Amino acid sequence: MALSAPANVRAPSSAGPMIWRIARSREVTLAAVLIAVAAFASVRAPNFLTADNLVLVTAFAAIIAIAAVGEALVILTKNIDLSVESTIGLVAFVVATVLKQHDMPVPAAWALGIGLGLVLGMANGVIVTIFKVPSIVATLGTLSVYRGLDFYVANGHEVNLVDLPAGYSDPAHQTLLGFQFGGIGFSGIPIFVILAILVVAAVGMALRYTVIGRQFYAVGSNAEAAAVIGVRSRLTVFLAFSLCGMLAGIAGVLWGIYFGTLYASSASGLSLQVIAAVVVGGVSIAGGSGTVIGAAIGALFLGLINNELPLLKVPQEWLTLVYGAVILVAISTDALIQVRSQRAKARSRVR
Amino acid sequence: MTNDQMGVNKPADASAASAAAEAPMPAGGGSRNMANSARAILSGVARWEVLLVIILAVVVWWGTRISPNYIQPDFWNSLNFGASVSGTMEVAIMALAMTPIIIMGDIDLSVESMVGLSGAVLGTLFVAGIPLQLGIPIVLVVGALGGLFNGLLVTRWGLPALVVTLGTLALFRGLCNVVLGTSYVSNFPSNFTAFGFGYVPGTDVPWTLLTFLVLAAVFCAVMHYTWIGRQIFSVGKNKDAARYSGVRVARVRTAMFVVSGMVAAFAGVILALRYNSVRADNGTNLTLVVVTIAVLGGVDINGGKGTIPGVIIAVFTLAALQSALRLAGVSSEYQNVAIGLLLIFSVITPQLARQLRVLVDRIRQSRRRPARDPVPGEVVR
Repeated sequence: MALSAPANVRAPSSAGPMIWRIARSREVTLAAVLIAVAAFASVRAPNFLTADNLVLVTAFAAIIAIAAVGEALVILTKNIDLSVESTIGLVAFVVATVLKQHDMPVPAAWALGIGLGLVLGMANGVIVTIFKVPSIVATLGTLSVYRGLDFYVANGHEVNLVDLPAGYSDPAHQTLLGFQFGGIGFSGIPIFVILAILVVAAVGMALRYTVIGRQFYAVGSNAEAAAVIGVRSRLTVFLAFSLCGMLAGIAGVLWGIYFGTLYASSASGLSLQVIAAVVVGGVSIAGGSGTVIGAAIGALFLGLINNELPLLKVPQEWLTLVYGAVILVAISTDALIQVRSQRAKARSRVR
Repeated sequence: MTNDQMGVNKPADASAASAAAEAPMPAGGGSRNMANSARAILSGVARWEVLLVIILAVVVWWGTRISPNYIQPDFWNSLNFGASVSGTMEVAIMALAMTPIIIMGDIDLSVESMVGLSGAVLGTLFVAGIPLQLGIPIVLVVGALGGLFNGLLVTRWGLPALVVTLGTLALFRGLCNVVLGTSYVSNFPSNFTAFGFGYVPGTDVPWTLLTFLVLAAVFCAVMHYTWIGRQIFSVGKNKDAARYSGVRVARVRTAMFVVSGMVAAFAGVILALRYNSVRADNGTNLTLVVVTIAVLGGVDINGGKGTIPGVIIAVFTLAALQSALRLAGVSSEYQNVAIGLLLIFSVITPQLARQLRVLVDRIRQSRRRPARDPVPGEVVR
C-alpha cells in the first residue's frame, strides 16, 4: 500500500538506459508523429509551410496548450474539469466587455480576466473538495452555469473588433526572435507560442522538481497512500482546480485577442479539444501519470490536424471524425503498450 | 457502531429492491427494537426519492402559481407541464439506459452523438428509398454496434469508459457529419411522425410518453427484480467480489453499453420523427441532460447505488422545472443554468445530510460513552 511508485509514474530518477527511456516516452513518439504529419502536409499542400499559416496554426495551438496544461494538472489528480470551455468563453467575453464599455486599461482588463478564471477554478475546487461532489458531476454543472453567466453578461449582444482598442488583435500575429540572414529567413516565434512555452516550462519544472509538484502525482496515483505519508490531498486537488481555472483564464484572454469578435457562445465545445489534447499527450485519465509537455504537444498535434485537413482538401465534416479516431488510437496504443510491458515483466519474473 | 451501520446501509440496500418509491415504506425489516425501527422509518422517509417527490410537488405548485395553464386545459399541448414532459422523452429513455452503466461505475458520454448518427443514417436510408419500417431496425442495429464498440474498448482493453466514450462522442458525431454533411432530411411519412408528436388513439397520452413508461417498467423490473439487476449492482459495488461470485463482469458491462447505444439510437429515431427533420447537429448537448437526470434521480456517479424509480421521478421533476421556467419567461440558456445548479445541489444535499447524520451520531455516541475506557477486546455497544 505504500507509495511504491507504480511503473507508469515517471519519477525523476527512474532507472534504465537513457536512450530507451527517451524512445519509450510518449512525448518523443508523439513529437515524431507530429513531425511526420507536418512533413506529409508540407509535401502535399505547399500552403502549409508558409510563415503566415504556421503562425496561425501555432498561435491557436498555443491557446489550447495553455488550457491543456491546466486540464492536465486536474487529470493528474484523478479528477476532470469539463467546464474549461465555459471559463474560456466567459473570460474572453468579460475582458472584451470591460474594454468596450468601461475604457479600462488593457493590462488591467487582462488581469481581471485571469483573476476571474482563478475564481471560477476555485469555485470548482470548493465544490469538489469541500462539498465532495465528484468532479465530473461538479464541472458538468458549472459547464452550464458558467456558460449561463456568459449569456447573462452578453445579454444578447456581441463584441466586435472595432469595439476594442486599435490593434487589439495584433499580438496574435506578431512574432519574436525573427531574423533575416542572407537568403535564409526566419519569421520568428509567435508571441502566443513563447507564452505557452513559458507556461509549460514553469508548470513542468514545478511538477517535476518541487514537493508540491510530486504531490500532484502522489494524490493521483494513490490517494490513501498519499494521505498516509502526509500529503494533504484535498488541498492539492483544490490547487489543481484553481490553477486550471487560472490557466483557462489566460487562454480566455488570448482567445479574445486571437478572434477579436466574441459571442456568448464563443469556445463552446472546446473542452473536448482540450481534454483530447491532454489524453493524446499521454496523461492517464486514471490519474498519477503523464507530463504537461505531453499535453502541450498533444494540443499542437490536434491544432495541426485541424489546419491540415482543409489544406489537404479533406471536407470539414471529417474533422470531428478524425479527432475521435485520434483520441481512441492514442488511448488504445497506451493500453497495448501497457499490456505488452506487463507481459514482458511477467515473463522475466518466470525466468 | 453496528447499529449505525445497519441504520445507514439497510435502506440503501432495500432501495434497490423497493420499486414503489413514492410510498415511503419502512425499509428496515429486520429491526430488533423500537429505536431501530424508528430510525429505519426515519431513513425511509429521508430517502432521496421521497425528497425528489417533494421537490417535484413544490415545482408544480410554483408552476401553477406562475400560470393557471401550467396543468390545466390542453395538458399536452401548450407551453405547460405536459408539453414539457412529452418533449423530454428522448433524454428520459436515454437516462434509463444510462442508469445501469453509471451504477456499474462506467459512463457513456457518446449517447448524444449516437442520437445524431442514428438520425443521419435513418434520413439517408429514407432518401435512398428504403422505407422506415426497414430503416428503423437498421438504425437500432447501428446503435447496438456503436455500443458494442464502446463496450469492447472498455472491457477488452481495460480503457476508462470516460475517455473511450469521449472519443466516440467525437467519432459518432464525425460519422454523422460525414453521412449527412450540411444537408437535411425531412418530410417523413405522417403515420410515422405521428409517433413523434401524436397521441395513442382514443386517449390523451402521447406515444412517446407511453414508450417511456413501457421502457421504464421493463428497466425497473430487470434492474430490481431479476438476477441481471443483482449482477449489475454487485458489479457496481465491487468488481472483484462480483467476479469471484461468478458474475461475468466484462459481459455484463459490454451488454449494458450495447443497450445504451441501442436506446440512444431509438431516441434519435424519436427525435427525428418529432422534429420531422434530420440534421447533423440533432441531439447535441443532450448528454448533460441525460447525466443530470440520472444523478438527480439518486444514482451515485461513483457506482453501486441508484434506482430506476428515482430516475423516473427525476424525469418529471426536470420537465416540471423546465416548463415552469419557460412560463416564467426564462430563456433556454438560463434553463441550462438551472439544470446545472440542480445537478450540483442534488449531489451536495445528500452529502451534507450524510455528514450531518455522522455528526449527530458522533455527538450521541460521545454522550453515551462509558466512564472508563473499554478493556481491549471488549465489545462496545
